[in-house]
Amino acid sequence: MDLRKLKTLIDLVSESNISELEIAEADGKVRIVKTPTGAPATAPATPVAQLVAAPAAASEREAAEASPQAPAGNVVKSPMVGTFYRSASPGAAAFVEVGSVVKVGEPICIIEAMKIMNEIEADAAGTIREILCENGQAVEFGQPLFVIE
Amino acid sequence: MFKKILIANRGEIALRIQRACRELGVKSVVVYSEADRDAKYVKLADEAVCIGPAPSGQSYLNMPAIIATAEVTDAEAIHPGYGFLSESADFAERVEKSGFTFIGPTPEAIRIMGDKVSAKQAMIKSGVPCVPGSEGALPEDPKEAIKAARAIGYPVIIKAAGGGGGRGMRVVHTEAALVSAVQMTRAEAGAAFGNPAVYMEKFLQNPRHVEIQVLADTHKNAVWLGERDCSMQRRHQKIIEEAPAPGIQRRVIEKMGERCIAACKKINYRGAGTFEFLYENGEFFFIEMNTRVQVEHPVTEWVTGIDIVQMQIRIAAGEKLPFPQRAIACRGHAIECRINAEDPFKFTPSPGRVTMWHPPGGPGVRVDSHAYTNYVVPPNYDSMIGKIIVHGDNREQALARMRTALSETVVEGIQTNIPLHRELMVDAKFIEGGTSIHYLEGWLDQHKR
Repeated sequence: MDLRKLKTLIDLVSESNISELEIAEADGKVRIVKTPTGAPATAPATPVAQLVAAPAAASEREAAEASPQAPAGNVVKSPMVGTFYRSASPGAAAFVEVGSVVKVGEPICIIEAMKIMNEIEADAAGTIREILCENGQAVEFGQPLFVIE
Repeated sequence: MFKKILIANRGEIALRIQRACRELGVKSVVVYSEADRDAKYVKLADEAVCIGPAPSGQSYLNMPAIIATAEVTDAEAIHPGYGFLSESADFAERVEKSGFTFIGPTPEAIRIMGDKVSAKQAMIKSGVPCVPGSEGALPEDPKEAIKAARAIGYPVIIKAAGGGGGRGMRVVHTEAALVSAVQMTRAEAGAAFGNPAVYMEKFLQNPRHVEIQVLADTHKNAVWLGERDCSMQRRHQKIIEEAPAPGIQRRVIEKMGERCIAACKKINYRGAGTFEFLYENGEFFFIEMNTRVQVEHPVTEWVTGIDIVQMQIRIAAGEKLPFPQRAIACRGHAIECRINAEDPFKFTPSPGRVTMWHPPGGPGVRVDSHAYTNYVVPPNYDSMIGKIIVHGDNREQALARMRTALSETVVEGIQTNIPLHRELMVDAKFIEGGTSIHYLEGWLDQHKR
């Protein structure tokens, strides 16, 4: 679904009384949810390319989700702020791919902070189902990185 | 001017810094712990990054996490606020080594003033009068402590060199209690500040706490922005502050202001700072210097019309102070009441959901708070959730405005010390002005609930 179409749909939900809209097409499904809460009006959260913007409910917030389910299975979260890398060094093979089988304690990615490369280990055994961040993406504490099933 | 500043703090001061950045057209990045996910300034942030779980040690005191955040967000400078790492010379040094500007003084200046013994020595060299006391840190030998106390005269107070802000202190009235008091304070200091060095001072019986605000730029200019009276304290924590200090001759204050400026220049001070004094019988005695912005900075902002947080940012960006000393005037009177989430008379903390937050307004009323209706005050940090600051043409009008403001303020769902403030604003002695640092505790003893 192209971005212009997505934006039109978001504006539509925002300006109307619709609180939830789900559209399924050949190339994907989109669900847009508007969640008003008791908190006072604030500036709309900027959705964000790389780094995370304000999380949690604001008085109006639209969230576009490419797939309607939250990740199931064990979610590996970032233990620190830094930059996420899929491999030990540029050009080297990635630690894991979707479908890789991992044991507890096996390194699955690097988070670089203050010039130090920190190896992040799998905290569960299983298969990598999803890789939630891109190589070189800035991540914050608690940010979901992988889903291991 | 910076393009982006990282705000390494939380609560009302994070919001304050965010506002200053916005006005200057500077983008800001806010760091937050998991407990502060719903903070107002996080919601309003240009960028917000979660840096750790609730405990301060893993979040707001976590130097690598904060510096890493500056790296990944391409911030240029870091504002440390007050408390947390704002007076950590190590942090200032690491920030600078990592290529960012620390919005505050140099690590060296922080170090000199952070050690209360070296701070006093630096002040003595600059002609700033200090509380009579031991020449430096007390040596291990208890006989030396006894000798020092006899020379100073009882009562004395034992203070941790690495302490400050009211922590790590013990009063001794008789020689019999001295040696064990010194030992206990040493042990506490070692545990709390990693530095067991202690020093001794004369304990003044009825002093007032009067402090002087300074600003120094990187072009050899330094000014003082008047004084504040912060005598209303409980357990060394300020509850009410005001500017100017009632009933002190302007000429005496001016002289002290000039000495503070001389001291700033001598130690190459940069940024905002506050020289704290005990004032008794017309005399000033230096006790410590705070090398950061202070909680009570709004009262000075009211009477001088100068935005202290913006000045911190501008000084750090290399700008010259835009006003000379003679252009700084003190107009009217300002009073600040710190609003704490606690039982107003038992002082037990009262975290939780604020079901109704209705702040006051009107002419001369300023509210600095990150709270809002449905905000949950986390239990992990100090209890201050906001400040109400008023300004009037004179002290009477300021008091009247504060009474009105407090009467309009509604906070439900948690307890606050607003009921205490309402009573203090109509207390005869407080209205008279000039009460000592012991007054509030005496008042609380008399009004036990």
